[in-house]
Amino acid sequence: MNTVVAGITYRALLGRRRILLLLLLPLGLIGLAILLRVVGSADQRSAVLLMDTFAIATMLPLLGLIAGTGVIAPEIDDGTIIHLLSKPISRPVIAGTKFLVAASVLGLFAAVPTYIAAWLLVRNEDGIAFGFAIGVLVAGIAYAAVFLLLGVITRHAVAIGVIYALVWETLVGTLIQGAQKFSIQQWGQAIAAQLSDSPFVDAKVTLGFAVPALIIVTVGAVLWAGLRLRTFSLTGDE
Amino acid sequence: MKIELAQVSRWYGNVVAVNDVTMTIGPGVTGLLGPNGAGKSTLLHMMAGFLAPSGGTVTLDGTQVWKNHHIYRNIGLVPEREGVYGFLTGWQFVLSAAKLHGLPNPAEAAGKALATVEMEEPKDRRVETYSKGMRQRVKVAAALVHDPPVLLLDEPFNGMDPRQRMHLMDLIRSMGTAGKTILFSSHILEEVERVAQQIEVLVAGRHAATGNFREIRRLMTDRPHLFKIRSSDDRKLAAALILDSSAGGVTLGPDGLDVQAAEFRRFAHLLPRVARAEGVRLHQVSPADEDLESVFSYLINRST
Repeated sequence: MNTVVAGITYRALLGRRRILLLLLLPLGLIGLAILLRVVGSADQRSAVLLMDTFAIATMLPLLGLIAGTGVIAPEIDDGTIIHLLSKPISRPVIAGTKFLVAASVLGLFAAVPTYIAAWLLVRNEDGIAFGFAIGVLVAGIAYAAVFLLLGVITRHAVAIGVIYALVWETLVGTLIQGAQKFSIQQWGQAIAAQLSDSPFVDAKVTLGFAVPALIIVTVGAVLWAGLRLRTFSLTGDE
Repeated sequence: MKIELAQVSRWYGNVVAVNDVTMTIGPGVTGLLGPNGAGKSTLLHMMAGFLAPSGGTVTLDGTQVWKNHHIYRNIGLVPEREGVYGFLTGWQFVLSAAKLHGLPNPAEAAGKALATVEMEEPKDRRVETYSKGMRQRVKVAAALVHDPPVLLLDEPFNGMDPRQRMHLMDLIRSMGTAGKTILFSSHILEEVERVAQQIEVLVAGRHAATGNFREIRRLMTDRPHLFKIRSSDDRKLAAALILDSSAGGVTLGPDGLDVQAAEFRRFAHLLPRVARAEGVRLHQVSPADEDLESVFSYLINRST
Protein backbone atom coordinates (compact mmCIF):
# COMPACT_ATOMS: atom_id res chain seq x y z
CA MET A 1 0.00 0.00 0.00
CA ASN A 2 1.40 3.34 -1.06
CA THR A 3 -0.51 6.39 0.15
CA VAL A 4 0.64 8.68 -2.67
CA VAL A 5 -0.48 6.18 -5.30
CA ALA A 6 -3.77 5.72 -3.42
CA GLY A 7 -4.35 9.49 -3.17
CA ILE A 8 -3.80 10.08 -6.88
CA THR A 9 -5.97 7.08 -7.74
CA TYR A 10 -8.85 8.24 -5.53
CA ARG A 11 -8.73 11.68 -7.11
CA ALA A 12 -8.64 10.25 -10.62
CA LEU A 13 -11.51 7.88 -9.87
CA LEU A 14 -13.79 10.16 -7.88
CA GLY A 15 -12.93 13.51 -9.40
CA ARG A 16 -15.15 15.41 -11.77
CA ARG A 17 -18.18 13.72 -13.21
CA ARG A 18 -16.89 10.19 -12.58
CA ILE A 19 -18.41 10.24 -9.11
CA LEU A 20 -21.84 10.85 -10.67
CA LEU A 21 -21.42 7.66 -12.68
CA LEU A 22 -20.65 5.80 -9.46
CA LEU A 23 -23.61 7.37 -7.68
CA LEU A 24 -26.19 6.73 -10.35
CA LEU A 25 -26.85 3.02 -9.73
CA PRO A 26 -26.78 3.08 -5.90
CA LEU A 27 -29.18 6.03 -5.92
CA GLY A 28 -31.39 4.05 -8.29
CA LEU A 29 -31.30 1.11 -5.88
CA ILE A 30 -32.28 3.26 -2.90
CA GLY A 31 -34.90 4.99 -5.04
CA LEU A 32 -36.47 1.64 -5.95
CA ALA A 33 -36.51 0.63 -2.29
CA ILE A 34 -38.30 3.85 -1.38
CA LEU A 35 -40.76 3.28 -4.23
CA LEU A 36 -41.52 -0.25 -3.03
CA ARG A 37 -42.08 1.08 0.45
CA VAL A 38 -44.40 3.80 -0.83
CA VAL A 39 -46.52 1.33 -2.80
CA GLY A 40 -46.72 -0.94 0.22
CA SER A 41 -44.55 -3.86 -0.96
CA ALA A 42 -41.97 -3.54 1.77
CA ASP A 43 -41.78 -7.26 2.54
CA GLN A 44 -39.00 -9.84 2.56
CA ARG A 45 -39.93 -11.25 -0.82
CA SER A 46 -39.62 -7.96 -2.66
CA ALA A 47 -36.54 -6.96 -0.64
CA VAL A 48 -34.73 -10.15 -1.66
CA LEU A 49 -35.95 -9.80 -5.25
CA LEU A 50 -34.54 -6.26 -5.39
CA MET A 51 -31.23 -7.42 -3.92
CA ASP A 52 -30.99 -10.41 -6.28
CA THR A 53 -31.95 -8.74 -9.52
CA PHE A 54 -30.70 -5.22 -9.04
CA ALA A 55 -28.08 -4.96 -6.26
CA ILE A 56 -26.04 -8.09 -6.95
CA ALA A 57 -26.89 -8.87 -10.58
CA THR A 58 -26.91 -5.40 -12.15
CA MET A 59 -25.44 -2.68 -9.96
CA LEU A 60 -22.49 -4.59 -8.57
CA PRO A 61 -20.91 -5.86 -11.83
CA LEU A 62 -21.31 -2.46 -13.47
CA LEU A 63 -19.86 -0.57 -10.49
CA GLY A 64 -17.13 -3.19 -10.30
CA LEU A 65 -16.34 -2.49 -13.92
CA ILE A 66 -16.27 1.29 -13.42
CA ALA A 67 -14.14 1.13 -10.27
CA GLY A 68 -11.94 -1.84 -11.17
CA THR A 69 -10.91 -0.66 -14.60
CA GLY A 70 -11.18 3.00 -13.59
CA VAL A 71 -8.29 2.78 -11.14
CA ILE A 72 -5.81 1.92 -13.86
CA ALA A 73 -7.08 1.70 -17.46
CA PRO A 74 -7.41 5.47 -18.10
CA GLU A 75 -3.88 6.01 -16.78
CA ILE A 76 -2.50 3.32 -19.08
CA ASP A 77 -4.45 4.85 -21.97
CA ASP A 78 -3.15 8.38 -21.57
CA GLY A 79 0.33 7.43 -20.39
CA THR A 80 0.08 9.00 -16.93
CA ILE A 81 0.83 5.58 -15.41
CA ILE A 82 4.49 6.26 -16.30
CA HIS A 83 4.58 8.81 -13.48
CA LEU A 84 3.94 6.00 -10.99
CA LEU A 85 5.90 3.27 -12.74
CA SER A 86 9.10 5.30 -13.17
CA LYS A 87 9.58 5.39 -9.41
CA PRO A 88 11.45 3.00 -7.12
CA ILE A 89 8.26 1.30 -5.99
CA SER A 90 7.62 -2.34 -6.68
CA ARG A 91 4.97 -2.80 -9.32
CA PRO A 92 2.96 -5.37 -7.32
CA VAL A 93 2.66 -2.72 -4.56
CA ILE A 94 1.21 -0.30 -7.11
CA ALA A 95 -1.24 -2.95 -8.36
CA GLY A 96 -2.16 -3.87 -4.77
CA THR A 97 -2.77 -0.23 -3.86
CA LYS A 98 -4.99 0.31 -6.86
CA PHE A 99 -6.93 -2.82 -5.97
CA LEU A 100 -7.52 -1.54 -2.43
CA VAL A 101 -8.77 1.77 -3.80
CA ALA A 102 -11.23 0.02 -6.12
CA ALA A 103 -12.37 -2.37 -3.38
CA SER A 104 -12.92 0.45 -0.89
CA VAL A 105 -14.86 2.47 -3.46
CA LEU A 106 -17.09 -0.56 -4.07
CA GLY A 107 -17.60 -0.92 -0.33
CA LEU A 108 -18.79 2.67 -0.16
CA PHE A 109 -20.79 2.86 -3.38
CA ALA A 110 -22.18 -0.70 -3.52
CA ALA A 111 -22.20 -2.39 -0.10
CA VAL A 112 -23.41 0.60 1.93
CA PRO A 113 -26.28 1.48 -0.44
CA THR A 114 -27.25 -2.21 -0.51
CA TYR A 115 -27.56 -2.18 3.25
CA ILE A 116 -29.55 1.06 3.18
CA ALA A 117 -31.95 -0.17 0.47
CA ALA A 118 -32.63 -3.48 2.22
CA TRP A 119 -32.96 -1.75 5.59
CA LEU A 120 -35.52 0.66 4.13
CA LEU A 121 -37.64 -2.32 3.12
CA VAL A 122 -37.33 -4.83 5.96
CA ARG A 123 -35.15 -3.11 8.59
CA ASN A 124 -32.95 -5.80 10.14
CA GLU A 125 -35.35 -8.70 9.65
CA ASP A 126 -33.67 -12.10 9.31
CA GLY A 127 -30.30 -10.48 8.55
CA ILE A 128 -31.28 -9.71 4.97
CA ALA A 129 -29.73 -6.23 4.94
CA PHE A 130 -26.54 -7.36 6.65
CA GLY A 131 -26.24 -10.54 4.60
CA PHE A 132 -26.60 -8.82 1.25
CA ALA A 133 -24.33 -5.94 2.28
CA ILE A 134 -21.55 -8.40 3.15
CA GLY A 135 -22.29 -10.51 0.06
CA VAL A 136 -22.02 -7.40 -2.13
CA LEU A 137 -18.87 -6.27 -0.31
CA VAL A 138 -17.09 -9.60 -0.76
CA ALA A 139 -18.20 -10.02 -4.37
CA GLY A 140 -17.24 -6.38 -4.95
CA ILE A 141 -13.72 -7.09 -3.71
CA ALA A 142 -13.46 -9.96 -6.19
CA TYR A 143 -14.83 -7.78 -9.02
CA ALA A 144 -12.32 -5.05 -8.13
CA ALA A 145 -9.48 -7.56 -8.54
CA VAL A 146 -10.79 -9.10 -11.77
CA PHE A 147 -11.53 -5.79 -13.48
CA LEU A 148 -8.21 -4.33 -12.31
CA LEU A 149 -6.48 -7.26 -13.99
CA LEU A 150 -8.56 -6.72 -17.11
CA GLY A 151 -7.52 -3.06 -17.11
CA VAL A 152 -3.87 -4.07 -16.96
CA ILE A 153 -3.85 -6.82 -19.56
CA THR A 154 -5.98 -5.28 -22.29
CA ARG A 155 -6.63 -1.88 -23.79
CA HIS A 156 -10.21 -2.96 -24.39
CA ALA A 157 -10.95 -3.56 -20.71
CA VAL A 158 -14.25 -1.70 -20.67
CA ALA A 159 -15.68 -3.43 -23.75
CA ILE A 160 -14.63 -6.87 -22.52
CA GLY A 161 -15.79 -5.99 -19.02
CA VAL A 162 -19.24 -4.98 -20.23
CA ILE A 163 -19.57 -8.23 -22.17
CA TYR A 164 -18.42 -10.19 -19.14
CA ALA A 165 -20.68 -8.33 -16.73
CA LEU A 166 -23.75 -8.47 -18.93
CA VAL A 167 -23.42 -11.67 -20.91
CA TRP A 168 -21.61 -13.97 -18.52
CA GLU A 169 -22.71 -12.76 -15.14
CA THR A 170 -26.24 -11.72 -16.03
CA LEU A 171 -27.31 -14.12 -18.76
CA VAL A 172 -25.15 -17.21 -18.50
CA GLY A 173 -24.69 -16.94 -14.74
CA THR A 174 -28.40 -16.89 -14.08
CA LEU A 175 -29.58 -19.25 -16.81
CA ILE A 176 -27.04 -22.02 -17.26
CA GLN A 177 -26.66 -24.37 -14.32
CA GLY A 178 -22.98 -25.31 -14.61
CA ALA A 179 -21.84 -21.79 -15.34
CA GLN A 180 -23.39 -20.53 -12.13
CA LYS A 181 -20.55 -22.10 -10.20
CA PHE A 182 -18.16 -19.72 -11.93
CA SER A 183 -19.97 -16.50 -11.34
CA ILE A 184 -18.77 -13.94 -8.83
CA GLN A 185 -22.29 -12.75 -8.12
CA GLN A 186 -23.36 -16.29 -7.24
CA TRP A 187 -20.49 -16.47 -4.77
CA GLY A 188 -21.68 -13.20 -3.22
CA GLN A 189 -25.17 -14.64 -3.13
CA ALA A 190 -23.87 -17.69 -1.24
CA ILE A 191 -22.38 -15.40 1.43
CA ALA A 192 -25.66 -13.47 1.69
CA ALA A 193 -27.62 -16.72 2.04
CA GLN A 194 -25.29 -17.90 4.77
CA LEU A 195 -25.69 -14.71 6.80
CA SER A 196 -29.44 -14.36 6.36
CA ASP A 197 -32.19 -16.54 7.85
CA SER A 198 -34.84 -15.40 5.40
CA PRO A 199 -36.52 -18.25 3.49
CA PHE A 200 -36.46 -16.11 0.37
CA VAL A 201 -32.66 -15.94 0.17
CA ASP A 202 -31.24 -18.92 -1.66
CA ALA A 203 -27.89 -19.72 -3.16
CA LYS A 204 -27.01 -21.88 -6.13
CA VAL A 205 -23.45 -22.38 -4.98
CA THR A 206 -22.32 -23.81 -1.68
CA LEU A 207 -20.35 -21.72 0.78
CA GLY A 208 -17.61 -24.33 0.67
CA PHE A 209 -17.09 -23.56 -2.99
CA ALA A 210 -17.80 -19.82 -2.92
CA VAL A 211 -15.30 -18.80 -0.23
CA PRO A 212 -12.21 -20.52 -1.66
CA ALA A 213 -13.26 -19.40 -5.14
CA LEU A 214 -13.51 -15.77 -4.01
CA ILE A 215 -10.13 -15.91 -2.31
CA ILE A 216 -8.39 -17.62 -5.21
CA VAL A 217 -9.85 -15.28 -7.83
CA THR A 218 -9.13 -12.14 -5.81
CA VAL A 219 -5.59 -12.99 -4.76
CA GLY A 220 -4.78 -14.50 -8.15
CA ALA A 221 -6.05 -11.51 -10.11
CA VAL A 222 -4.17 -8.97 -7.96
CA LEU A 223 -0.92 -10.95 -8.14
CA TRP A 224 -1.27 -11.40 -11.88
CA ALA A 225 -1.95 -7.69 -12.34
CA GLY A 226 1.21 -6.93 -10.34
CA LEU A 227 3.28 -9.28 -12.47
CA ARG A 228 1.89 -7.78 -15.66
CA LEU A 229 2.76 -4.29 -14.43
CA ARG A 230 6.35 -5.45 -13.86
CA THR A 231 6.66 -6.04 -17.58
CA PHE A 232 4.63 -3.00 -18.58
CA SER A 233 5.95 -1.86 -21.95
CA LEU A 234 5.82 1.37 -23.81
CA THR A 235 5.62 0.55 -27.46
CA GLY A 236 5.65 4.15 -28.67
CA ASP A 237 4.46 5.32 -32.05
CA GLU A 238 6.99 3.39 -34.02
CA MET B 1 26.88 6.72 -14.32
CA LYS B 2 26.94 4.84 -17.59
CA ILE B 3 24.21 3.27 -19.66
CA GLU B 4 25.54 0.43 -21.73
CA LEU B 5 23.78 -1.18 -24.63
CA ALA B 6 25.30 -4.38 -25.91
CA GLN B 7 24.00 -5.73 -29.22
CA VAL B 8 20.51 -4.55 -28.41
CA SER B 9 17.72 -5.44 -30.79
CA ARG B 10 14.02 -5.08 -30.56
CA TRP B 11 11.48 -6.42 -32.97
CA TYR B 12 7.71 -6.45 -33.13
CA GLY B 13 6.65 -9.54 -35.00
CA ASN B 14 8.48 -9.30 -38.31
CA VAL B 15 9.30 -5.61 -37.95
CA VAL B 16 12.73 -4.77 -36.63
CA ALA B 17 12.57 -1.49 -34.69
CA VAL B 18 16.11 -1.55 -33.26
CA ASN B 19 18.81 -3.62 -34.89
CA ASP B 20 21.97 -4.72 -33.08
CA VAL B 21 22.84 -1.44 -31.38
CA THR B 22 25.91 -1.23 -29.18
CA MET B 23 26.66 2.08 -27.48
CA THR B 24 27.72 3.55 -24.17
CA ILE B 25 26.14 6.71 -22.84
CA GLY B 26 28.42 8.37 -20.32
CA PRO B 27 28.40 11.62 -18.34
CA GLY B 28 27.64 14.74 -20.36
CA VAL B 29 24.90 15.40 -22.87
CA THR B 30 24.28 12.86 -25.61
CA GLY B 31 21.83 13.49 -28.41
CA LEU B 32 20.04 10.56 -30.01
CA LEU B 33 19.40 11.79 -33.53
CA GLY B 34 17.32 10.14 -36.19
CA PRO B 35 14.30 10.61 -38.42
CA ASN B 36 10.82 9.77 -37.17
CA GLY B 37 10.35 6.04 -37.00
CA ALA B 38 14.08 5.33 -36.70
CA GLY B 39 13.61 3.55 -33.37
CA LYS B 40 14.71 6.38 -31.08
CA SER B 41 11.77 6.01 -28.73
CA THR B 42 12.09 2.24 -28.74
CA LEU B 43 15.75 2.53 -27.80
CA LEU B 44 15.02 5.12 -25.12
CA HIS B 45 12.23 3.00 -23.66
CA MET B 46 14.64 0.08 -23.38
CA MET B 47 17.15 2.31 -21.57
CA ALA B 48 14.36 3.46 -19.21
CA GLY B 49 13.19 -0.05 -18.34
CA PHE B 50 9.91 0.31 -20.18
CA LEU B 51 10.61 -2.22 -22.89
CA ALA B 52 12.40 -5.55 -22.90
CA PRO B 53 15.13 -5.93 -25.52
CA SER B 54 14.39 -8.83 -27.87
CA GLY B 55 18.13 -9.45 -27.91
CA GLY B 56 21.19 -8.02 -26.16
CA THR B 57 21.41 -6.28 -22.80
CA VAL B 58 20.81 -2.82 -21.41
CA THR B 59 22.60 -2.08 -18.15
CA LEU B 60 23.05 0.92 -15.88
CA ASP B 61 26.48 0.77 -14.26
CA GLY B 62 26.39 -2.98 -14.72
CA THR B 63 22.91 -3.65 -13.34
CA GLN B 64 20.13 -4.92 -15.54
CA VAL B 65 17.53 -2.25 -16.34
CA TRP B 66 14.55 -4.41 -17.36
CA LYS B 67 12.21 -5.52 -14.54
CA ASN B 68 14.25 -3.60 -11.99
CA HIS B 69 12.38 -0.75 -10.30
CA HIS B 70 15.43 0.15 -8.21
CA ILE B 71 17.01 1.84 -11.24
CA TYR B 72 14.57 4.72 -10.87
CA ARG B 73 16.53 5.97 -7.87
CA ASN B 74 19.19 6.88 -10.43
CA ILE B 75 17.11 7.62 -13.51
CA GLY B 76 14.83 10.52 -14.26
CA LEU B 77 12.56 9.95 -17.24
CA VAL B 78 10.77 12.58 -19.30
CA PRO B 79 8.47 10.65 -21.64
CA GLU B 80 7.31 12.08 -24.93
CA ARG B 81 3.62 11.63 -24.26
CA GLU B 82 1.90 14.11 -21.98
CA GLY B 83 1.79 11.76 -19.02
CA VAL B 84 0.74 14.41 -16.53
CA TYR B 85 -2.39 14.20 -14.38
CA GLY B 86 -4.45 17.18 -15.54
CA PHE B 87 -6.38 17.39 -12.29
CA LEU B 88 -3.26 17.96 -10.17
CA THR B 89 -1.58 21.32 -9.85
CA GLY B 90 2.02 21.57 -10.98
CA TRP B 91 3.06 21.67 -7.35
CA GLN B 92 1.04 18.57 -6.43
CA PHE B 93 2.42 16.70 -9.42
CA VAL B 94 6.07 17.38 -8.61
CA LEU B 95 5.47 16.87 -4.88
CA SER B 96 3.89 13.48 -5.60
CA ALA B 97 7.03 12.53 -7.52
CA ALA B 98 9.17 13.54 -4.54
CA LYS B 99 7.02 11.49 -2.19
CA LEU B 100 6.97 8.48 -4.51
CA HIS B 101 10.76 8.60 -4.38
CA GLY B 102 10.54 8.58 -0.60
CA LEU B 103 12.68 11.70 -0.28
CA PRO B 104 13.31 12.89 3.28
CA ASN B 105 12.07 16.40 2.55
CA PRO B 106 9.67 16.17 -0.40
CA ALA B 107 8.38 19.76 -0.22
CA GLU B 108 11.87 21.22 -0.34
CA ALA B 109 12.87 18.96 -3.24
CA ALA B 110 9.70 19.80 -5.18
CA GLY B 111 10.25 23.53 -4.66
CA LYS B 112 13.82 23.27 -5.84
CA ALA B 113 12.88 21.25 -8.94
CA LEU B 114 10.13 23.72 -9.89
CA ALA B 115 12.57 26.60 -9.45
CA THR B 116 15.06 24.86 -11.73
CA VAL B 117 12.56 24.83 -14.59
CA GLU B 118 11.20 28.31 -13.72
CA MET B 119 7.74 27.05 -12.94
CA GLU B 120 7.30 28.57 -9.48
CA GLU B 121 4.80 31.21 -10.50
CA PRO B 122 2.16 28.94 -12.16
CA LYS B 123 2.75 26.00 -9.80
CA ASP B 124 -0.64 26.30 -8.09
CA ARG B 125 -2.60 26.07 -11.30
CA ARG B 126 -3.95 22.76 -12.52
CA VAL B 127 -1.72 21.09 -15.09
CA GLU B 128 -4.62 20.96 -17.59
CA THR B 129 -4.51 24.77 -17.82
CA TYR B 130 -0.82 24.71 -18.82
CA SER B 131 0.56 25.23 -22.30
CA LYS B 132 2.46 22.35 -23.87
CA GLY B 133 5.78 23.93 -22.97
CA MET B 134 4.75 24.36 -19.35
CA ARG B 135 3.66 20.74 -19.12
CA GLN B 136 6.98 19.75 -20.57
CA ARG B 137 8.81 21.75 -17.91
CA VAL B 138 6.69 20.33 -15.12
CA LYS B 139 7.53 16.84 -16.42
CA VAL B 140 11.21 17.77 -16.35
CA ALA B 141 10.81 19.07 -12.78
CA ALA B 142 9.19 15.78 -11.72
CA ALA B 143 12.00 13.83 -13.37
CA LEU B 144 14.65 15.95 -11.62
CA VAL B 145 13.09 16.02 -8.18
CA HIS B 146 15.32 13.29 -6.77
CA ASP B 147 18.43 14.78 -8.40
CA PRO B 148 19.14 11.65 -10.47
CA PRO B 149 22.58 11.12 -12.00
CA VAL B 150 20.91 9.96 -15.24
CA LEU B 151 18.25 11.83 -17.16
CA LEU B 152 16.46 10.46 -20.22
CA LEU B 153 14.31 12.79 -22.30
CA ASP B 154 12.22 11.71 -25.27
CA GLU B 155 11.84 14.53 -27.83
CA PRO B 156 11.90 17.14 -25.03
CA PHE B 157 11.75 20.21 -27.28
CA ASN B 158 8.62 19.21 -29.18
CA GLY B 159 5.88 21.78 -28.85
CA MET B 160 7.98 24.32 -26.99
CA ASP B 161 8.19 27.92 -28.09
CA PRO B 162 11.68 29.27 -28.91
CA ARG B 163 12.19 30.91 -25.53
CA GLN B 164 11.19 27.80 -23.57
CA ARG B 165 13.33 25.71 -25.89
CA MET B 166 16.33 27.94 -25.25
CA HIS B 167 15.77 27.71 -21.51
CA LEU B 168 15.53 23.94 -21.50
CA MET B 169 18.62 23.72 -23.68
CA ASP B 170 20.55 25.85 -21.19
CA LEU B 171 19.29 23.68 -18.36
CA ILE B 172 20.29 20.45 -20.10
CA ARG B 173 23.72 21.85 -20.97
CA SER B 174 24.39 22.97 -17.41
CA MET B 175 23.33 19.61 -15.98
CA GLY B 176 25.60 17.90 -18.49
CA THR B 177 28.48 20.13 -17.43
CA ALA B 178 27.72 19.25 -13.82
CA GLY B 179 28.49 15.62 -14.65
CA LYS B 180 25.06 14.12 -15.09
CA THR B 181 24.50 11.53 -17.79
CA ILE B 182 21.89 13.00 -20.06
CA LEU B 183 20.39 11.47 -23.16
CA PHE B 184 17.74 13.16 -25.26
CA SER B 185 16.20 12.15 -28.56
CA SER B 186 15.42 14.47 -31.43
CA HIS B 187 14.87 14.39 -35.16
CA ILE B 188 16.29 17.89 -35.62
CA LEU B 189 20.04 18.17 -36.20
CA GLU B 190 20.21 21.83 -35.15
CA GLU B 191 18.65 21.02 -31.78
CA VAL B 192 21.04 18.21 -31.15
CA GLU B 193 24.18 20.05 -32.14
CA ARG B 194 23.31 23.03 -29.96
CA VAL B 195 23.04 20.94 -26.81
CA ALA B 196 24.86 17.65 -27.16
CA GLN B 197 28.57 17.06 -26.95
CA GLN B 198 28.10 13.56 -28.22
CA ILE B 199 25.72 12.54 -30.98
CA GLU B 200 24.47 9.05 -31.73
CA VAL B 201 22.65 8.73 -35.03
CA LEU B 202 19.97 6.10 -35.40
CA VAL B 203 18.56 5.33 -38.83
CA ALA B 204 16.04 2.58 -39.57
CA GLY B 205 16.81 0.97 -36.23
CA ARG B 206 20.56 0.89 -36.85
CA HIS B 207 23.31 2.80 -35.15
CA ALA B 208 24.44 4.76 -38.21
CA ALA B 209 27.02 7.15 -36.82
CA THR B 210 28.59 8.36 -33.63
CA GLY B 211 30.73 11.37 -32.80
CA ASN B 212 30.68 14.99 -31.74
CA PHE B 213 28.59 17.47 -33.69
CA ARG B 214 31.46 18.55 -35.94
CA GLU B 215 32.02 15.00 -37.09
CA ILE B 216 28.33 14.40 -37.66
CA ARG B 217 27.86 17.73 -39.45
CA ARG B 218 30.75 16.93 -41.76
CA LEU B 219 29.31 13.51 -42.53
CA MET B 220 26.07 15.12 -43.46
CA THR B 221 27.28 18.01 -45.63
CA ASP B 222 30.17 16.32 -47.38
CA ARG B 223 28.00 13.70 -48.92
CA PRO B 224 26.98 13.77 -52.62
CA HIS B 225 24.04 16.07 -53.24
CA LEU B 226 21.57 15.83 -56.08
CA PHE B 227 20.37 19.10 -57.65
CA LYS B 228 17.59 19.68 -60.13
CA ILE B 229 18.44 22.63 -62.37
CA ARG B 230 16.37 24.38 -65.03
CA SER B 231 18.00 27.03 -67.12
CA SER B 232 17.78 28.92 -70.39
CA ASP B 233 20.20 26.47 -72.02
CA ASP B 234 20.44 23.16 -70.15
CA ARG B 235 22.76 21.47 -72.69
CA LYS B 236 25.30 24.27 -72.62
CA LEU B 237 25.26 24.41 -68.83
CA ALA B 238 25.65 20.62 -68.59
CA ALA B 239 28.70 20.69 -70.81
CA ALA B 240 30.31 23.43 -68.74
CA LEU B 241 29.56 21.84 -65.37
CA ILE B 242 30.92 18.42 -66.21
CA LEU B 243 34.35 19.92 -66.76
CA ASP B 244 34.69 20.52 -63.04
CA SER B 245 35.44 17.65 -60.69
CA SER B 246 32.84 18.76 -58.12
CA ALA B 247 30.09 17.70 -60.52
CA GLY B 248 30.10 13.93 -60.31
CA GLY B 249 27.50 13.30 -62.97
CA VAL B 250 25.09 15.25 -65.11
CA THR B 251 21.89 13.89 -66.64
CA LEU B 252 20.12 15.89 -69.31
CA GLY B 253 16.37 15.33 -69.29
CA PRO B 254 13.35 16.90 -70.95
CA ASP B 255 12.58 18.99 -67.88
CA GLY B 256 16.07 20.09 -66.90
CA LEU B 257 19.32 18.81 -65.53
CA ASP B 258 20.02 16.42 -62.69
CA VAL B 259 23.46 17.13 -61.31
CA GLN B 260 25.18 14.89 -58.83
CA ALA B 261 27.47 17.17 -56.82
CA ALA B 262 30.38 15.25 -55.33
CA GLU B 263 31.53 18.13 -53.15
CA PHE B 264 28.74 20.26 -51.85
CA ARG B 265 30.60 23.43 -50.99
CA ARG B 266 32.68 23.59 -54.09
CA PHE B 267 29.72 22.91 -56.33
CA ALA B 268 27.66 25.61 -54.62
CA HIS B 269 30.37 28.12 -55.55
CA LEU B 270 30.90 26.70 -59.01
CA LEU B 271 27.35 26.74 -60.35
CA PRO B 272 26.67 30.51 -60.40
CA ARG B 273 30.15 31.26 -61.78
CA VAL B 274 29.79 28.77 -64.62
CA ALA B 275 26.29 29.95 -65.48
CA ARG B 276 27.48 33.53 -65.64
CA ALA B 277 30.54 32.73 -67.73
CA GLU B 278 28.46 30.75 -70.20
CA GLY B 279 25.71 33.33 -70.32
CA VAL B 280 23.12 30.82 -69.16
CA ARG B 281 20.20 32.07 -67.10
CA LEU B 282 19.29 29.83 -64.14
CA HIS B 283 15.53 29.42 -63.67
CA GLN B 284 15.51 26.91 -60.89
CA VAL B 285 18.08 25.25 -58.63
CA SER B 286 16.63 22.87 -56.11
CA PRO B 287 18.23 20.18 -54.01
CA ALA B 288 16.41 16.97 -54.84
CA ASP B 289 17.22 15.06 -51.69
CA GLU B 290 17.62 17.69 -49.03
CA ASP B 291 15.07 16.15 -46.66
CA LEU B 292 16.45 14.60 -43.54
CA GLU B 293 15.38 11.13 -44.64
CA SER B 294 17.81 11.14 -47.54
CA VAL B 295 20.58 12.58 -45.39
CA PHE B 296 20.08 9.70 -43.02
CA SER B 297 19.73 7.11 -45.73
CA TYR B 298 23.07 8.28 -47.08
CA LEU B 299 24.55 7.67 -43.66
CA ILE B 300 23.08 4.23 -43.39
CA ASN B 301 24.22 3.22 -46.88
CA ARG B 302 27.66 4.48 -46.07
CA SER B 303 27.83 2.35 -42.94
CA THR B 304 26.79 -0.88 -44.65
